[in-house]
Amino acid sequence: MNKYLYYPGCSMDSSAKAYQESLDAVLEPLDLHLEEIDDWNCCGATEFLGINLIPAYSLIARNLALAANQMNGTRTVVAPCSACYLNLAKADHYMQERPALGEKVNEALAAGGLQYKPGTLDVRHLIDVLVYDIGLETIRSKVTQPLTGLRVAPYMGCMLPRPDYQNRWSDHEHPTELDDLLRALGAEVIDYPLTTSCCGGHMAQIGPETAFELLRRLVADADERGAHMMVTVCPMCQMNVDAYQGEMNHFFGTRYHMPVLFFTQLMGLAFGKKPAELGIGTELVSARDALTNIGVEVPVAEEPGAKRKKAEGLPMPPRWTKHTAGKETVK
Amino acid sequence: MPHMTDERVRAGITHEEDLSLLNEVSMKTAGVSRLEMCIQCGTCGGSCPAAIDMDHTPRMLFAMLRAGMRQEVLRSNTPWICVSCYHCVVRCPQQVHIADVMYTLKGMASKAKLYRSSTAPDFSKTFVDMVKRFGRGYELGLVALHYLKHFPLRLPGMMPMGLGMVTKGRMPFVPHKIKHMDQLRKIMKRAKELELNS
Repeated sequence: MNKYLYYPGCSMDSSAKAYQESLDAVLEPLDLHLEEIDDWNCCGATEFLGINLIPAYSLIARNLALAANQMNGTRTVVAPCSACYLNLAKADHYMQERPALGEKVNEALAAGGLQYKPGTLDVRHLIDVLVYDIGLETIRSKVTQPLTGLRVAPYMGCMLPRPDYQNRWSDHEHPTELDDLLRALGAEVIDYPLTTSCCGGHMAQIGPETAFELLRRLVADADERGAHMMVTVCPMCQMNVDAYQGEMNHFFGTRYHMPVLFFTQLMGLAFGKKPAELGIGTELVSARDALTNIGVEVPVAEEPGAKRKKAEGLPMPPRWTKHTAGKETVK
Repeated sequence: MPHMTDERVRAGITHEEDLSLLNEVSMKTAGVSRLEMCIQCGTCGGSCPAAIDMDHTPRMLFAMLRAGMRQEVLRSNTPWICVSCYHCVVRCPQQVHIADVMYTLKGMASKAKLYRSSTAPDFSKTFVDMVKRFGRGYELGLVALHYLKHFPLRLPGMMPMGLGMVTKGRMPFVPHKIKHMDQLRKIMKRAKELELNS
């Protein structure tokens, strides 16, 4: 039995709920047991670190303290989100590297009756545990419906293999863990040099011109290399490539259609699960056509909202494009 | 300015070296920043996917820190454009914690109110306010507040996306609140006091 403490992170029951659903569906075949940290809080994403130091690290460390109290035969915390994984790993690492930080964070935690000794826990990402603990052989042995004929671009994202405080990954810029796992599922993995390039992170919300260019590179390259879809290990990557692809297309006047699914969704399909159990269909750039390459049929969902009958509706301001960009952001 | 020695004046040096800004940034950075180790090689800027949108590449910014150019550094958009992808961090031959230094500079610029666009600091603040209130992130509240204030013109184009997210159940209306908010509040209150005293 493979037992771990589990830190889901906020997006797993909202924007990345398909990730949680598909993970739940593959737990049993993999004999994987995830015990959720009781009453965990948000890790602050990339936002809190840019405001102040001790509060940001105390927020993260509360989770480490709770997890350490809950240790029961395992000292490994698994996070499915790359940003959560990095924040937890970062707090653990820097509390050791800068003992003064560790002391202050512990002083803050003490106000809530908690404490954390850095190094107590092992912080790892879900795919790390699947590839290195459970192993590709076991994963391969559970495949009943190989993904033969599906061409995928393995998109690892940036915050997972970097900065890599514990040297967990095969490479910082071109790691092969995701490639190997997808190959074990029978998929055809294309060469994807941008695998650890950034999706733009929070820039989709605060600096769309920067984010759209980063997204365009990722999507255009996957498209040119003939991928049917991108596959990701991070809720933020999925959200940016999926939800902002329409706006990105409009911005550049392009017409890309590049679905992006979580690797657990493909694992579920290869294990013979139904698309509906895996949250397939909740992506905004539909993966339906891509999945016909492996004979998977996704039921057609109702399109949101009725089509407007007349072309002329309410007067609307002009849409955001690269020609109008930048005119409202500068204050 | 401290008194210049005759020797320095003869050598044509106009400024006394003042590393107080560099030291301050180092002190305020989470780990051991290694900022003073920068050899100005430029690997950071060359590795950066967003450098094209930056006022200064990280290398330039670090030279400015060393030169004590406080106003110019804190006014630079560079830390706000940084996407935290850590390409520069793993390539830096001197292991400078570049991304963490960027976080520190954002915090300093916010406190000094020296940023030029309020979009990014507001987003961070709104995000953190939600977390302080609920203990968890609240995407719907965050995007609604943020887009109305900063990107009203993007809203019509974003309607299909927003509607899709809501109808597909990916953006719940109600935030999730943690059980022990009182505990989290106490921790955050103490942390803030400790921050001010450091």
